Amino acid sequence: MKKKEKLRIICPNGHLGFACTKEESFYIGAQTEPDYYCCDSGSDDIGPVPLGNDSCVSPRKWQVHDLELMLLAARKQNVPMIIGSAGDTGTNSKVDSYVDIIKELAVKHQLKSFKLAYFYSEVDKEFLAGQMNAGVLIQGLDGRDNLTRDQLDVTNRIVAVAGVHPFIKALENGADVIIGGRSSDAAVFAAPALYHGFSESLAYYLGKVLECASFCAEPYGAKESVIGTITNQDVKITAMHPDQYCTIASVAGHAMYERSNPYYETFAGGTLDMSNCKYEQIDKKTTRITGPEFIPINGKIKVKLEGAAFVGERYVGIVGVRDPYTIKNIDKVVDWARSQAAQELDGEDYQIHYHIYGKNGVMGDLEPIKEIKSHELGIVVEAIAKTKALAKEAATIGSRQIFYARLPEVKGTAGTAAFLFDEVLPGSPAYRWTLNHTIEVNHAMDLFDLREMIIGGKKLSLPRKEANK
Amino acid sequence: MKVKKLYELAKTVRSKNAGVDRITFDIIFKEQENYKLVKKSKALSIKTVAALYGIDESRICDFVEFDPAKAIKFTIQRDRPSGSFGDSDIFGCQQYPPLLDLDIEVG
Repeated sequence: MKKKEKLRIICPNGHLGFACTKEESFYIGAQTEPDYYCCDSGSDDIGPVPLGNDSCVSPRKWQVHDLELMLLAARKQNVPMIIGSAGDTGTNSKVDSYVDIIKELAVKHQLKSFKLAYFYSEVDKEFLAGQMNAGVLIQGLDGRDNLTRDQLDVTNRIVAVAGVHPFIKALENGADVIIGGRSSDAAVFAAPALYHGFSESLAYYLGKVLECASFCAEPYGAKESVIGTITNQDVKITAMHPDQYCTIASVAGHAMYERSNPYYETFAGGTLDMSNCKYEQIDKKTTRITGPEFIPINGKIKVKLEGAAFVGERYVGIVGVRDPYTIKNIDKVVDWARSQAAQELDGEDYQIHYHIYGKNGVMGDLEPIKEIKSHELGIVVEAIAKTKALAKEAATIGSRQIFYARLPEVKGTAGTAAFLFDEVLPGSPAYRWTLNHTIEVNHAMDLFDLREMIIGGKKLSLPRKEANK
Repeated sequence: MKVKKLYELAKTVRSKNAGVDRITFDIIFKEQENYKLVKKSKALSIKTVAALYGIDESRICDFVEFDPAKAIKFTIQRDRPSGSFGDSDIFGCQQYPPLLDLDIEVG
């Protein structure tokens, strides 16, 4: 480990590949020759479907764009590049996909040889079942109950959220590029800071503030680069875009973004207490932070687990209503359509949900405005069932019967609904989050499988199969 | 008593997932004066927020006045995890608008 007085890390994007990194501020940052290029590429914001069916919500082209920017800049300077939560979910196949992209880019640009480390985060269900049988509690987060065997059994895919440990291990092994499976966003930045000997308190804070790139700057503008600098005394955060600034308000404001409490953040291995943070504006674009405190966990390390379970195949129908009397009685119309589906699909296992835009389609039960003020309604009829055929039938009946609703005083008797299409559309299958839990482990690396390879050399070429992709 | 709407006083009003089971709300002020006014008015509290959204107070799992950012922040438990069947706001980012029109007594 090389002990340093100061370490500068650039973060170009809060979720690599989800929307492309903006190049201008990235190149401004790259010109200052940061010590590390780090970026997170995942989120549980995207819902349970991508984890459940191992799909990706980011186009490969955008992922390549963002990885290419970072890889070329990092290799040019011969400094490390670290990516966490590959391909939105950090599943094994997404790690492999990013490893492939790195290999292809190395060939494309004929890069000099470098060491690539990558790790897998998926957790085997049988392993967890064994742990549960042995009496290990899988504890619920955010008000959830502890995991039951039933919930585990229905779950399709589980990832463990890595802390700093696999990244530090990879750096110790001399990795130049690290592709991580599912990881805590902050770990991607905290790991190099810890590796170079900075305090846990400042290293984790650095990770916390850098993880969403320009979300800690103002005015609002996503996907712009920021640079975090850590010393033994403080963390400084600087916006790279010519018109963005890291201010006390924007940096402190970011501390509360996407979390329940602005003062505490928990990682595998401990909790960061930000309640005594001090913020100072030291130049127009830079805010300095002192005073965070990392409290290591007392006892075994707890690692977060995320898991998703298949609920059903899905079809959706899209229906408009313009008749004012029908709008006024929309609840009766929906009840009618539901009752018709119940009659025709008696005994079948299906569910229909009506998203009524113009009434409470966005907020559902949380909507305080109960009176419909719109002159038209858009209704998305969402139906799920175990088979595609049944989901399609339920969506079709649930949509079409809006058309045939029987209201005593309706003037239009040739149909009470406008169909966008006279068919229902296949949707992604429905999944639900079954795991938002933690598990105690004996060693921080227990759930993570770290591997490495040398990429490149003199004449780079891909195996025939990959070259033909 | 003079009354202003929250949107006239706050710089940012937003909502967003805090994990898959919760949605967190941030009301951020530019001027210290406005921040203090809203805190003093007590228009934002566990009680008023629960009433506004029509939910039980027990579903509000955090309520913090965060001075360094001149912000008031609260978090609610979702009725189902994000992206579940029937959820219509996977990111939880369009749940703040009812806050905009809150009446704030400003003296």
